[in-house]
Amino acid sequence: MAVLEQSTAVHRPTTRELLTQGDVRRKLTNRVMTGVVGLAFLIALIPLVSLSWTVVGKGVERLTPYFLSVSMRGVFGGMDAGGIYHAILGTLLITGVAAVISVPIGLMTAIYLVEYGRGPLARSVTFFVDVMTGIPSIVAGLFAYALFAVFFGPGVRFGVVGSVALSVLMIPIVVRSCEEMLRLVPNELREAAYALGVPKWLAILKVVVRTALAGIVTGIMLAVARVIGETAPLLVTVGVIDSINTNVFEGRMMTLPVYVYRQYYQGLVSCPEGATDCIPTINIDRAWAAALTLILIVMLLNLIARLITRYFAPRTRH
Amino acid sequence: MSSTGQPALERTEVAPPARPPHSHRDVGGRIFASTASAAGTMILVTLAAVAVFLVVRAWPAMTATPQELTEGIQWFPERTTLLGFIGPMLFGTVLAAVIALVIAVPLSIGIALFISHYAPRRAVPALGYLVDLLAAIPSVVYGLWGVAWLAPRLLPVWQWLAEHLGFIPLFSGPAGDPPRVIMTVGVVLAVMILPIITAVAREVFLQTPRLHEEAALALGATRWEMIRMAVLPFGRSGLVSAAMLGLGRALGETMAVLMILSPGFTYSFALLRAGRHQTIAADIANQFPEANPLGVSALIAAGLALFVITLVVNMAARWVVARRSEYSGAN
Repeated sequence: MAVLEQSTAVHRPTTRELLTQGDVRRKLTNRVMTGVVGLAFLIALIPLVSLSWTVVGKGVERLTPYFLSVSMRGVFGGMDAGGIYHAILGTLLITGVAAVISVPIGLMTAIYLVEYGRGPLARSVTFFVDVMTGIPSIVAGLFAYALFAVFFGPGVRFGVVGSVALSVLMIPIVVRSCEEMLRLVPNELREAAYALGVPKWLAILKVVVRTALAGIVTGIMLAVARVIGETAPLLVTVGVIDSINTNVFEGRMMTLPVYVYRQYYQGLVSCPEGATDCIPTINIDRAWAAALTLILIVMLLNLIARLITRYFAPRTRH
Repeated sequence: MSSTGQPALERTEVAPPARPPHSHRDVGGRIFASTASAAGTMILVTLAAVAVFLVVRAWPAMTATPQELTEGIQWFPERTTLLGFIGPMLFGTVLAAVIALVIAVPLSIGIALFISHYAPRRAVPALGYLVDLLAAIPSVVYGLWGVAWLAPRLLPVWQWLAEHLGFIPLFSGPAGDPPRVIMTVGVVLAVMILPIITAVAREVFLQTPRLHEEAALALGATRWEMIRMAVLPFGRSGLVSAAMLGLGRALGETMAVLMILSPGFTYSFALLRAGRHQTIAADIANQFPEANPLGVSALIAAGLALFVITLVVNMAARWVVARRSEYSGAN
């Protein structure tokens, strides 16, 4: 740099001026834009930080073993009681059934797309899987309701209806992630299996799927984490209830996200004057504690998914 | 969205070993293959079923006269057709989504650029993960956060806007207090669609041909000029589809809107006034649990409208992505 500057200074002073002075505005723009871009990233962190801070700050106090282990049965007014046991149970059951519906369909679709799919059918499936990721969750809920209302009459509300709604949202996510994982499996493995005389379907099951298994499980966990927080479809298909219901084929069920909304919706309690066992903000407090639980569950699923990727990542060399 | 725009891995076709057709293993193969294609077909059937069942359930409301609707549904606005009922909500839905988009797109481009071109290489996965965390948070929690944390902090901003820029119809006051207004909803929706837009934009920016970037730098461009000359033009169509994907998300978002917005059914551009707007999704979630059969039918008709719009937006976005990957396949 020094040499360059010297030589230009000796031979052509004007070039040096050009290089040093003409650039001022461009350099300034560059610097400003660097700041703007960095600022954009910082702005994105504001909601993340403030949201975690608020939820933890407001929810941690009420999040006790008692809160996790009782339902809302017989809880009314500003009573310092009640918990989310029934909601956790409902969420796990409904999401579990949704996973049982979505995983086989999603995985087989991904296998179809990667191993078999040719021609217009495969192309339209790829396209519509993408389109399906964009279905609004409430529309998925309405669809599940409309579907079951045909068989069970209007006003139908039970767990499986919610599971079907969630699977409409979950299947495309499962397909996408499984497809990506299956495509990562080196073709040499398939060729080696074929060379040993293994039929195609066994090669897919025993070689391709097995190699990609860690990735597939990760993808499924992330898909579960995505739908476990869905509120709107469950609100219209499963309804709300205060007591424990473990039968997904009959009766309303409570789920954690709906519980959060429900408690928030009930708002402040008007306490009689001088009442000692009445907390005006009890509903909101419960909503925050349940929201914290929900976030913890989602984060736990994400964490497990990451650990699976890390420790069970496909080893192609032995 | 890491698959977006990326050409599928090319693979040479390997023929499975030929077997006599009567071998019983081949039966397993055929069953397996047909199960796989059945699952693929299932996707198309499901999507078609969504449309069909919604139409079937919406039919009673679609064919009812305004009088029947008003008499049959308690909360139905008087003397309006079904379209008159859905119209203002459709307007509100699009308005909220557009506000969200106007805020989120520039921000996402900045974040994506930061991750793809400014941050140190080693930090890229961690930074991407941070943004993706925003997508993992359930929408009902966003609703709580919007009401409890964000709204009180936005209130002075909205009041200032209404006071000083009130002559612009968009900001005409008085600003709602508490700010359960569509502008607050737009901000929350913007936060919610940031991750998807950022993810797609980042993916697109990272695909910029290295040679273009180096050529720009070699000609003496600063980093920003390189981005303007090489990265942004290359990523333009990708950005369009990213924005449309975000739009699709924002259109269908329910809980955050339901919890924050104080509803009203007008065609109003006054973004800071309360009780003027409502979105389709939020109205469905609000009325559905208590609605009678005709009311359910009317709400499903509104849901059908929402479905059609998001479908069109998403299909357009995917179409742009698909076209783009055809062109950039050579890179």
